[in-house]
Amino acid sequence: MNLLKGRSARAAAGFAGAAALLFAVAPLLLSDFRLGLLAKYLCTAMVAVGICLAWGRGGLLTLGQGVFFGLGGYAMAMHLKIADAGPGNLPDFMQLYGTATELPWWWQPFANPLFALAATVLLPMAVAAILGSFIFRRRVKGAYFAILSQALAAAFAIWLIGQQATTGGTNGLTDIQGFFGYALDDPVNQRMVYFVIAAALLLLIALARQLVHSRYGELLVAVRDSEERVRFLGYNPANVKLVAYVVAAGMAGLAGALFVPAVGIISPAMIGIVPSIEFVIGAAVGGRASLVGAVLGAVGVAWAKTALSEEFPAAWTYFQGLLFIVALAFLPGGLASLVGLVRRRMASQATDSEETKPVVPVGEAA
Amino acid sequence: MDRTSGTSRYTIIGKLDARATTAPEGLLIPSHSVVLRDKGVLLSSVPSIHRRRFLAGTAAVTAVVALSACGAKTDSASSSDKAAKIDVSGDTVKVGLLNSLSGTMAISEVTVRNSLMLAIDEINASGGVLGKKVKPISEDGASDWPTFAEKASKLIKEDAVAATFGCWTSASRKAVKPVFEKNKSLLFYPVQYEGLEESPYIFYTGATTNQQIIPGLDYLKSQGKKKLYLVGSDYVFPRTANKEIRAYAKANGMTILGEDYAPLGSTEFSTIANKVKASKADAVFNTLNGDSNVAFFKEYKSAGLTAKTMPVVSVSIAEEEVKSIGPQYLADQLTAWNYYQTTEGAANEKFVKAYKAKYGQDKPTSDPMEAAYTSVYLWKAMVEKAKSFDPEKVKAASDGITFDAPEGEVTVDGASQHLYKTARIGKIGSDGLIEEVWNSGKPIKPDPYLKGYDWASGLS
Amino acid sequence: MTVILGQTFTGISIGAVLLLIALGLSLTFGQMNVINMAHGEFIMAGAYTTYVLQKSITGAGISLLVALPVAFLVSGALGALLEWLLIRRLYLRPLDTLLVTWGVSLMLQQLARDIFGAPNVQTRAPDWLTGNITLIGGDDPLTVANSRLFILGLAVAAVVALSLTLRLTPLGRRIRGVVQNRDLAEVSGISTERVDRTAFFLGSGLAGVAGVALTLVGPIGPTMGTNVIIDAFLVIVVGGIGQLKGTVIVAFVLGVLQSVLEYSTTVSVAKVLVLVAIVAFLQWRPQGLYTLRTRSLV
Repeated sequence: MNLLKGRSARAAAGFAGAAALLFAVAPLLLSDFRLGLLAKYLCTAMVAVGICLAWGRGGLLTLGQGVFFGLGGYAMAMHLKIADAGPGNLPDFMQLYGTATELPWWWQPFANPLFALAATVLLPMAVAAILGSFIFRRRVKGAYFAILSQALAAAFAIWLIGQQATTGGTNGLTDIQGFFGYALDDPVNQRMVYFVIAAALLLLIALARQLVHSRYGELLVAVRDSEERVRFLGYNPANVKLVAYVVAAGMAGLAGALFVPAVGIISPAMIGIVPSIEFVIGAAVGGRASLVGAVLGAVGVAWAKTALSEEFPAAWTYFQGLLFIVALAFLPGGLASLVGLVRRRMASQATDSEETKPVVPVGEAA
Repeated sequence: MDRTSGTSRYTIIGKLDARATTAPEGLLIPSHSVVLRDKGVLLSSVPSIHRRRFLAGTAAVTAVVALSACGAKTDSASSSDKAAKIDVSGDTVKVGLLNSLSGTMAISEVTVRNSLMLAIDEINASGGVLGKKVKPISEDGASDWPTFAEKASKLIKEDAVAATFGCWTSASRKAVKPVFEKNKSLLFYPVQYEGLEESPYIFYTGATTNQQIIPGLDYLKSQGKKKLYLVGSDYVFPRTANKEIRAYAKANGMTILGEDYAPLGSTEFSTIANKVKASKADAVFNTLNGDSNVAFFKEYKSAGLTAKTMPVVSVSIAEEEVKSIGPQYLADQLTAWNYYQTTEGAANEKFVKAYKAKYGQDKPTSDPMEAAYTSVYLWKAMVEKAKSFDPEKVKAASDGITFDAPEGEVTVDGASQHLYKTARIGKIGSDGLIEEVWNSGKPIKPDPYLKGYDWASGLS
Repeated sequence: MTVILGQTFTGISIGAVLLLIALGLSLTFGQMNVINMAHGEFIMAGAYTTYVLQKSITGAGISLLVALPVAFLVSGALGALLEWLLIRRLYLRPLDTLLVTWGVSLMLQQLARDIFGAPNVQTRAPDWLTGNITLIGGDDPLTVANSRLFILGLAVAAVVALSLTLRLTPLGRRIRGVVQNRDLAEVSGISTERVDRTAFFLGSGLAGVAGVALTLVGPIGPTMGTNVIIDAFLVIVVGGIGQLKGTVIVAFVLGVLQSVLEYSTTVSVAKVLVLVAIVAFLQWRPQGLYTLRTRSLV
């Protein structure tokens, strides 16, 4: 029991520290521009929380998180575009490039702020539930699942691009002016958006932490490591995976929704195969199975992309590629595993133990 | 998830790990190895009070922050008036170069960047602007629109640039437009585009539709081509251009036999070539972008279609693209632009010579490159007329500025911030160069909304 | 009627391109379960090899024919190098190879940009490949492009060569042995390590050959590989991992499906419909068209 108290105390301290960092230190140290970028990184971190759950814990390599990010983002952006245009008017791009004289029927519900807000999370979750129930019931997994989800991301992006008159096509929805009545070009409001994003991220981490430490979380790991045996025990692995997939989709949707006011644009460029892989890579570099690792990895990779491309605009992709290769090929557990490695080294030195295996198998004691 | 058997719990544990390199070791999450071994006990002991405290705490912080931060509302007119600061201390002035150096658009945008650098070097060699050397800050848009927006704000807010040059696709321009407008900073956009836009903070130095597409159609009409087939990439420029072409055709007794779009980057054109061939059109109007042109023309030739039987007028194929497709596939096809490497005049001779000296004798010059080169000189002329780098003063000084550009004389139309440009129809030769076969005689007044054309009244 | 025939042949020629691109993957993905995202860049390497050879060998026809074996070796060597440097460390983690090779593909693209310049480059096709053959004359002629026939021939030749290698040679037997049961192959004295590397060499080499073929129909530039790679993976997944016949059938079926849908709708819609059809198909047969029957539970 002591151990457990220690753990929750550590968690509480971690949360307090993270909150202090996000709410006090960052806003004080960073310029408005850098804080805006941090808001953007935190959005990718939210997606990473979901990926940590679905992939790190559930073994589902979801290479299609762009779809859910996009659904959330478009749901939010559609509402904000309608609000910008004002009652009775069409959003600017529809006036320029569209053929319709009134809002398409599937845009209309998004005029309602509550519907739009709910849709940012529930729509991706519903889509994930439908897709997932088919895919998992048929036991599509591993590489098949990864490539299937990539194909879905590609199909969704191509479809959006093809519907220029109603979705803005390649341009996406741009030039978003206000966020529920607040003008987005005001730095004070941009800061508010940042705080909302930071709070949402902490909330998602807390939520994911509860899930991971619940009975369900253990079952999820068991499914990842030996699906057949879990099935023999009488559980239905399809349902276990489905829950992780749907929760991850909801998190990606919320991230997409908050990305819109932070960056002011959502476009198919955030949905296709490339961004979907980038979401996963952040989590993988940090440590896919560790929430903290995944979140820090996502923020770190996004930050590195900005910093490297500012410093070496012509050659930064070399460094980016190298970062992925080194982190993934030589540190399979991500940077988070370094922490564990160091801790174990220290422990084994302290107890003068013989055992110095670099990676301790999870079930070694059994 | 009803559990029906609890006996073989240890079997699971035995299997766990195999590749458990993924064992979680984060700050907040302890290893689950213990957890699995003793499910029940551990579960009951995760204290729920702590949980609630985290959540409540977070929620409280959010609420406080949200309440304390109340910025301007959208409906309040006093949307804070904050022009971007420009760093003019010291003996240099910074300008931003925003082009894709990686990703799919790099094939086109790198050449634009090269010619921007050439213009800046020339200006610095002749003493700079208002006595200050121009210092280019280069950023990679990475062919990704949100990245363009991010880099644009970085250039304006962190580097305090006096002006930014670049962007290629309409999507990237749409993404950065609000950034430049909100920060009241200037963008010079060097590529022909679909019109229907007049941002107060963008200078458009490429052609708008009435300086490129409409002259192209006029030329086809004068050649007696009555039946057209439209092929384009699936994005805003081709779709808008084709809408205008349909309206033009209707008013001028031409018929459109078909209209096909391929996703950007698509390289499979056999079906579209079949459709075009089966239509027996008089000519094809091609608004494909980038890579797709290569595949399209290879397929076009394979289908047995030639410039003689069915000429193609392209509005996105310049010398650089001719070089990458190969003149063997393009011989005698038509293009519509405002500039060719072969355009006559001393200014162009100088430009071509300087470009080749800097980047290699085998490197061609093209319309977007010329428009980019010209844009830097126009900015210089505006700044010198305004005697200030302040965007508002530069804008005010812009009307009527002329420059003896490689394409011939261009004049800034202050009202629309577009240029008066001469339209030129060219024919692609077997040497890969484009020879002019027709020009508009004098620079055409820019008309981005096509207000001067009756048939275009219902378009926007 | 000519339209239907014409579209069918177009579909077959699209299928031939798909098949050539996917063939190498059927070895690397099928045999070793390695999701190699850099496969597209090996195709690019093959195309650039053609370009470089054409600069030194002036005859377009000869240089193209010389390029086939040279590109095979160049891309094969790149593949073997990648296997030796990275992939052999990752055999137990197939999903990680996807991300690692994604990083490799980013770097190779940038390398191509730095060596050959960002703009696309051109190769000349020999005259005997730029024309077409008229199958049905008359007012509404049905023609077949020579370049497409060449690619079809190349694809068929590659499939035959690969399947003969797999069936008849000792190497092929070893490869099949490793695919069917790695552990058993290992205890029978097969060096799975060497078999893996050889298979990777062959698979990547085939990507190089595909790259040569693509110079006839598409652009040659740094991003040409990314345009085709996902389609190739889908062919393998639908065909069934480790199944050559599945790959062949699915490549042609998808090609014809794509061309028929493109003709009756638009290219974008066709693309979306094909992807949706694939997802639906995998509901029906989650392991692909042909499955490798093993006694393994997982």
